[in-house]
Amino acid sequence: MVLIALILVPLLGAALAGALPSERDRCLLLPIAAAGHLALALYAIAAPEARALDGWLALDPPGRLVLLLLSVLFAICSVYAVGYLRYRRELSNRIFVPCLLLFLGMTTLVVCAQHLGLLWISVEAATLATAPLIYFNRTPRSIEATWKYLLVGSVGIALALLGSFFLAYASLGQDASLLFGDLLARAPDMNPVWLKVAFVFLLVGYGTKMGLAPMHTWKPDAYGEAPGVVGALLAGGLTSCAFLAIVRVYQICQVAGEGAYARSLLLVFGLLSIAVAAVFLVGQRDFKRMLAYSSIEHMGLLVLGIGLGGSGVFASWLHMLNNGLTKSVLFLSAANIHRAFDSKSIDQVRGAARRVPLSGTLFLLGFFAITGSPPFGPFVSEFLIVSRAFAAEHYVLGAALLVLLLVVFVGMGRTVLAVVQGTPSPEAQRTTYQDGLLTGLPVVLAMAVVLLLGLHIPVPLEALLREAARFLEGPP
Amino acid sequence: MRTSAINLLLVGILLLNLFMLGTSRIRALIQAAALQGVVLGGMPLLVSAHGGWRMALVALATVALKGAVIPEMLRRALREAQIKREVEPIIGFVPTMLLGAAGTLLAVAFASELPLEPQHRELLLVPASFSTLVTGFLLLTTRIKAITQVIGYLVLENGIFIFGMLLFEAMPFLVEIGVLLDLFVAVFVVSIIMHHISREFASLDTRHLASLKE
Repeated sequence: MVLIALILVPLLGAALAGALPSERDRCLLLPIAAAGHLALALYAIAAPEARALDGWLALDPPGRLVLLLLSVLFAICSVYAVGYLRYRRELSNRIFVPCLLLFLGMTTLVVCAQHLGLLWISVEAATLATAPLIYFNRTPRSIEATWKYLLVGSVGIALALLGSFFLAYASLGQDASLLFGDLLARAPDMNPVWLKVAFVFLLVGYGTKMGLAPMHTWKPDAYGEAPGVVGALLAGGLTSCAFLAIVRVYQICQVAGEGAYARSLLLVFGLLSIAVAAVFLVGQRDFKRMLAYSSIEHMGLLVLGIGLGGSGVFASWLHMLNNGLTKSVLFLSAANIHRAFDSKSIDQVRGAARRVPLSGTLFLLGFFAITGSPPFGPFVSEFLIVSRAFAAEHYVLGAALLVLLLVVFVGMGRTVLAVVQGTPSPEAQRTTYQDGLLTGLPVVLAMAVVLLLGLHIPVPLEALLREAARFLEGPP
Repeated sequence: MRTSAINLLLVGILLLNLFMLGTSRIRALIQAAALQGVVLGGMPLLVSAHGGWRMALVALATVALKGAVIPEMLRRALREAQIKREVEPIIGFVPTMLLGAAGTLLAVAFASELPLEPQHRELLLVPASFSTLVTGFLLLTTRIKAITQVIGYLVLENGIFIFGMLLFEAMPFLVEIGVLLDLFVAVFVVSIIMHHISREFASLDTRHLASLKE
């Protein structure tokens, strides 16, 4: 029951937002729905076993982690969005607010979906709900970004559907249920050829949603042109949902005895993504596009961790939380800087720490966190992934990883320091934007959580992480 | 008897694939895609020997969406955006037709490597599906206009639908109808986007959409 409520709360909010005539009241629905969702999510995560609709919806350990991230992330973004929409009063939020809530509802459905087909439908619905969000600014560039997002995303999701069909064909037998539990039970008898083909298509399909190289081409455009709050939700929320989908399919391969094959593919895509991101991060002049490439890098790290196996799985789950929260700090503070200078190119933006001290500082701290500097959360998870690479005797891979992470640090660092340091040049545009409570406090909170995760992982959270890691080690 | 009828339809789909790669008129392309949709819609009736109202519903919905609603939306976009009526290829028509033919041959070779259930061995469903996928990809990647790219995506979906026929008996209704619903929603959103593109850029040429790059 709680799962159905969890999905219905944002959907009802979306319907209500569509019906409300007042622009001011409508954006207040965001934090209200987010608070309701967060309360229900915490209850569902603490509950021993949440199931609904004959097992089509259930919350398993990985689902709990992603749900936690999603709900916290949305709560942070919903408060920020109120401040953002008040600043951008000239644009109607009649589509923006319902689509944000629809996105929350559909991603929650992704997390709970225990059926191969339902998973696919919900990922597609979440994609469609975000398209109008990217188009919010109504500029030619945002249309171009939305077009690429829809076209590349739809092709990716079509390939995922084909992969789902292949997987269903691999499991054809007396009992044709596509529930993950039944698929796992039948996995050892599945036809290995079809299963391997299915994994490739599902990895490429959902990998497109995640933004793994070489299917990442939509990402810099979409993240660069979308409002920062949408970028934060995409980079932390939607990508984590796609990651969950890949993990579910990987689990079937593993139980079927094709784990080594699947892991080698994950390693290839992971390392390629990190390498491509590192190349484009060096000399990047647009700081929002820079964040998109950083997201590609971290998606690579996530699949790499799973591909390394063993303690790498635990590290990947932890990194998913760290990356999602740190990305929200970066995207939201970058959007504040963007608004203060009316530019997102380092040719115009300089001295952000002077003009918007809070956002400038948070952007700098977020940069140190995401590149794996202690004492922030991502340091712990990145360290665990790299050390797992050496422990698993992937010496070349581990060395390549260290070099690439260094390149990323230097490349991002040059862009970030150019934005934050110095004094604003006199000809740089001055806008009315100032750091405010609504667009500042949520980012500070997110940064505090990232710091906390680096210093000490709370015991209940560690238990959740261990359960999610154990879930992948063998049949449940 | 049933097998040969299905295979005959699939050969028709393969010919339509080649036609779509070779045609220079957008209207003809839309027409061919619509025809392919109608042929596909009839297929569930042939594939499943013992179907009920559910199967008839899927067939009806497919024919209505792929054969009528979506082509009509595309035609309207074509009219309203005042697009030139020619398909503009990045690679010429003859080379793409040759690529399509090569893709079909590869699809047949690849399909013969894959193990099939005994009841599916006589059918051409797998090679036809792969060949249609290749055609969709070629239309997506080698044509400039946004509208031809959308048609490429539709053809890609057709290829997936053909493969879905193999699972038709085993697959729950919800998944099938989900496929159709999502197809409709995707095209709906895409057509709204096309409307906005044509307003902002006064054309549906994706070469205008090139300011975002490294």
